Amino acid sequence: MPADMLNFAAAYPEMILAAGAIALLMIGAFGGTQGNSDRAGWLAILALAATGVAVAMQTGTERAFNDAFISDNFARFVKLLVLSGSAVAILLSMDDLRRAKADRFEIPVLILLATVGMMMMISANDLLALYLGLELQSLALYVLAAARRDDVRSSEAGMKYFVLGALSSGMLLYGASLLYGFAGTTSFAGLATAAAAPNAAANLGLIVGLVFLLVGLAFKVSAVPFHMWTPDVYEGAPTPITAFFAAAPKLAAMALLARVLMDGFGGLFIQWQKIIIFLSIASMLLGAFAAIGQTNIKRLMAYSSIGHVGFALVGLAAGGEQGVQALLIYLAIYLVMTLGSFACILAMRRDGQPVEDISELSGLAQNNLPMAFILAMLLFSLAGVPPLAGFFGKFYVFAAAVKAELYGLAIIGVLASVVGAFYYLRIVKVMFFDEAKPRFTPAAPYVRLVMIAAGLFVVLYAVYPQPLVAAAETAAKSLQL
Amino acid sequence: MEIGLAHYLTVAACLFTLGMFGIFLNRKNVIIILMSVEMMLLAVNINFVAFSHFHGDLVGQVFSLFILTVAAAESAIGLAIIVVFFRNRGSIAVEDINMMKG
Repeated sequence: MPADMLNFAAAYPEMILAAGAIALLMIGAFGGTQGNSDRAGWLAILALAATGVAVAMQTGTERAFNDAFISDNFARFVKLLVLSGSAVAILLSMDDLRRAKADRFEIPVLILLATVGMMMMISANDLLALYLGLELQSLALYVLAAARRDDVRSSEAGMKYFVLGALSSGMLLYGASLLYGFAGTTSFAGLATAAAAPNAAANLGLIVGLVFLLVGLAFKVSAVPFHMWTPDVYEGAPTPITAFFAAAPKLAAMALLARVLMDGFGGLFIQWQKIIIFLSIASMLLGAFAAIGQTNIKRLMAYSSIGHVGFALVGLAAGGEQGVQALLIYLAIYLVMTLGSFACILAMRRDGQPVEDISELSGLAQNNLPMAFILAMLLFSLAGVPPLAGFFGKFYVFAAAVKAELYGLAIIGVLASVVGAFYYLRIVKVMFFDEAKPRFTPAAPYVRLVMIAAGLFVVLYAVYPQPLVAAAETAAKSLQL
Repeated sequence: MEIGLAHYLTVAACLFTLGMFGIFLNRKNVIIILMSVEMMLLAVNINFVAFSHFHGDLVGQVFSLFILTVAAAESAIGLAIIVVFFRNRGSIAVEDINMMKG
């Protein structure tokens, strides 16, 4: 293979991050135990920042490894979001894991490895690269879910995540094998040619392969009906790890889904659009209705994230440049809202012990008004109340759906978000109008910082939305269709 | 009778289905789930190698080597999680994975 087909330069960010993760593992193993985990956390954030700089310095569309890897505006946009999500998750995790006496240096290392996997997924341009990136990410995440080795719920979360994750990888692979067989190639460009052929819709092997691939990816983004692992894993995993699960992997899997469908199967748009519409409607409705009865706030956030995946899929179902742009804006806003909400959940500690029941928030406004206010803003934003950021996210995806003449989907989406508003508002009611409980233990400074930053973003997004909208537009242009 | 591509695909499809049923119908032991997952991956490998031979293209065989490697890592992690779970719960029966109800 000639050297220019390798083109290592396109993959420098991934290499930096992988080398960083390995170096960190060595430092952790040989560097003594004093202050080990905090140092590992800061070094991991440093590695993520260096990778972010390397990503930001790339320009244009670069392909590497015989076209198996692509670095374009779309990939860079999502990569920067994923990197910042991982960095904030590490920042949130340090204090909480130390208090739980689970502060081992392996956790930042695993988060870095998972992030390398996610970056590979985002840049995948071949079924093999897709599979390897996805597995690197998933294997690290299974271990992270079971990170609290002495906690039965954490290990059960790891077990459930592992079994269903392995099942989904199997389905994805079976789809990949059928696609390879019926298209004769594993590259997305080759699949695009096969999918654009005049009789592609009648090629049963191709369609069945695509469906299996979609099922595997729907597991990873936790779209209904492949969501059953989400509530248990979110509840059982340590809270900062849950914050990480809710933020970065969802974005990466969603970007992968968008690239496979748009770049690889643009020719079968009519066929996969029906599947995406079904997944989207089911996710939005289940996210809205199943969350109503929850009492554990982490479980509630799990159903909330299922619902948000449904809304993001509306953008994908709309297709075209506007649909992808709406999807990207939605994902960016979702990332900030989720990290902010999880910072608030991490601040819920009484006598040093974390509490997870929604009733523990009662009367928060009377003894900690700033936190109650920020959490209320984040919840209003998740519900999609104007003029907060969440409203604009929903507005863009529904506008894209209406433009693509998917009126039914848009109407169901709006109705689902009205139902969803009920359970977000219930928390606000508990915080502001119920009888006060004792104060929470003061939160760690970085948790407070993340909370305030997310709150400011959500409130002030409407003032200056252009940078995000413009960046998402450039990113969306680099996908075909 | 000549053994052709369709025969290989049928075997692979049967193995894959068996593996999937093994995951859902098994009520006894988590190790069996691990074995079922392995069987699904091997079914996929048969598919890849059969298609690779049929197309006269090596990508499928390379893909199956990667799958074998990743499957080994995956079972290692699965077994590690099973050990951790057993230490906490004292059992790896499928019906005992029920601390959280979803």
